[in-house]
Amino acid sequence: MIDLLTIFVLAAFVGFEVVSKVSTILHTPLMSGANAIHGVILVGAILITGAAESGVQVVLGLLAVFLATVNVVGGFVVTDRMLEMFKGHKR
Amino acid sequence: MSVQLAYLVAALCFLLALKGLSTPRFARAGNLLGAAGMALAVVTAFLHGAVHNGLWILLAIVLGTVVGVPAARSVKMTAIPQMVALFNGVGGAAAALVALAEFHDGGELLFRVATVLTVLIGAVSFSGSLVTFAKLQEIMTTRPVVLPAGRVLSIGIVVVSLGLAVAVLATSSTALLVALTVAGLLLGIAFVLPVGGADVPIAISLLNAFTGLAVAASGYVLANTLLIVAGTLVGASGTLLTRMMAQAMGRPLANILFGAFTATVAQAHSEEQRTVRSGTVEDVAILLGYAHSIVIVPGYGLAVAQAQHAARELVSLLEGRGITVSYGIHPVAGRMPGHMNVLLAEADVPYEQLKELDDVNPGMTSMDVALVVGANDVVNPGARDEPASPIYGMPIFDVDRARAVVFMKRSMRPGFAGIDNELLYNTKTTMLFGDAKDSLTKLLAAVKQL
Repeated sequence: MIDLLTIFVLAAFVGFEVVSKVSTILHTPLMSGANAIHGVILVGAILITGAAESGVQVVLGLLAVFLATVNVVGGFVVTDRMLEMFKGHKR
Repeated sequence: MSVQLAYLVAALCFLLALKGLSTPRFARAGNLLGAAGMALAVVTAFLHGAVHNGLWILLAIVLGTVVGVPAARSVKMTAIPQMVALFNGVGGAAAALVALAEFHDGGELLFRVATVLTVLIGAVSFSGSLVTFAKLQEIMTTRPVVLPAGRVLSIGIVVVSLGLAVAVLATSSTALLVALTVAGLLLGIAFVLPVGGADVPIAISLLNAFTGLAVAASGYVLANTLLIVAGTLVGASGTLLTRMMAQAMGRPLANILFGAFTATVAQAHSEEQRTVRSGTVEDVAILLGYAHSIVIVPGYGLAVAQAQHAARELVSLLEGRGITVSYGIHPVAGRMPGHMNVLLAEADVPYEQLKELDDVNPGMTSMDVALVVGANDVVNPGARDEPASPIYGMPIFDVDRARAVVFMKRSMRPGFAGIDNELLYNTKTTMLFGDAKDSLTKLLAAVKQL
């Protein structure tokens, strides 16, 4: 269990470091990109549904898979649409 | 082993996706890399973990894609904040559902704590995001909603939630966990309702951090390192953004979130009719056409009128006349952090022209014209000079220090925050009433005539 806490603390530090260097111009894509990343809960949803034993677990799990997929694909597509538009001077 | 390796690669991809955002040049490639990492993680989880219900899982994924992709493709850039709020909410809900499904008797204490936290934070994030969505979409009022005895009610819900959380830990009762979920949903609503329209961006970024933390907590529940790393990254980014936003508004976070409870009713301004100077398109065209330096301060009104393209054309024309033009972008312009940058990028405005507060304000006194288009609160001198103003302390563009101010507005209605603006009555200010797009197009024609 302490291993997991170690990972958490280190990830928090790395996260703060990386995000503090993000250009202010890109704060909206940062938020929607981060948004897409927390859609990784899809992995968790797949794992519990795959190991589900009761009907209730299957229903809850499948609902979670559906919602998490919306989160993931929507998040990455919207972020890509935004970033596509950020172009510098063409000269 | 190979599963853990795949998760490690995915985590690195997420990290590089965030890293890529440090410059617009690599941002898009970074995001694609993040998506690739996600695909790798999902496929790995499916191949390794979908022992049962594989077909059903696939179906749910297909369904989610069918719903998510068209929504993300068709959303207008002005509506991005709502969309982000919505995606954030479903993510939170998914985390809560995962923890609910995984909850069972026994297990280590830390495991049960993580489950309770995931359910609670996920539920708060879900309902809070939905209320945020409703506010931004203007399905409900954008003003702070303070229920009678709202403060007592909110504190009550917090106390009940914490009590339920402890009870769940002690008894491992599923019924109590469901009750905790309901309490979490109510808490999310009670938390966002009193947040005022102009402060909603802060609420979104905080809820984003919440969902991240819920996902990280669910990583403990499932003993999955990828969920912990990714969730924590998002939690960190959301926390940091929230702090930056609070700084950009010049108010402590607690005041922004709970301000509505304590705020005195803004005193009514003297009822006397005050005069504003309203100009014609030709007057303004002359003012702009013969200036040396101009700063444009765009607000959400510009985007609502779809006037970004007209603004860009006007700027090119003015630059062609040898005038220095830049855009002053306030951190809270638009409806989420950095929203205005996205809206202008959509109109092909090169990001090099977008300037921040600290770049623009020092040179403001030598600016010939400050052109305010569809913005209001971010140029309101009250934020600087009037301690009684609700937005006092928010850094603003000091456009009142430019030689002349042109204020393009649809009407005399106050802005999103609902606060009167002294600048409108300033003798330096010329008002140009009308739809932003319409006015800019006419200005464009008039400047060409000079």
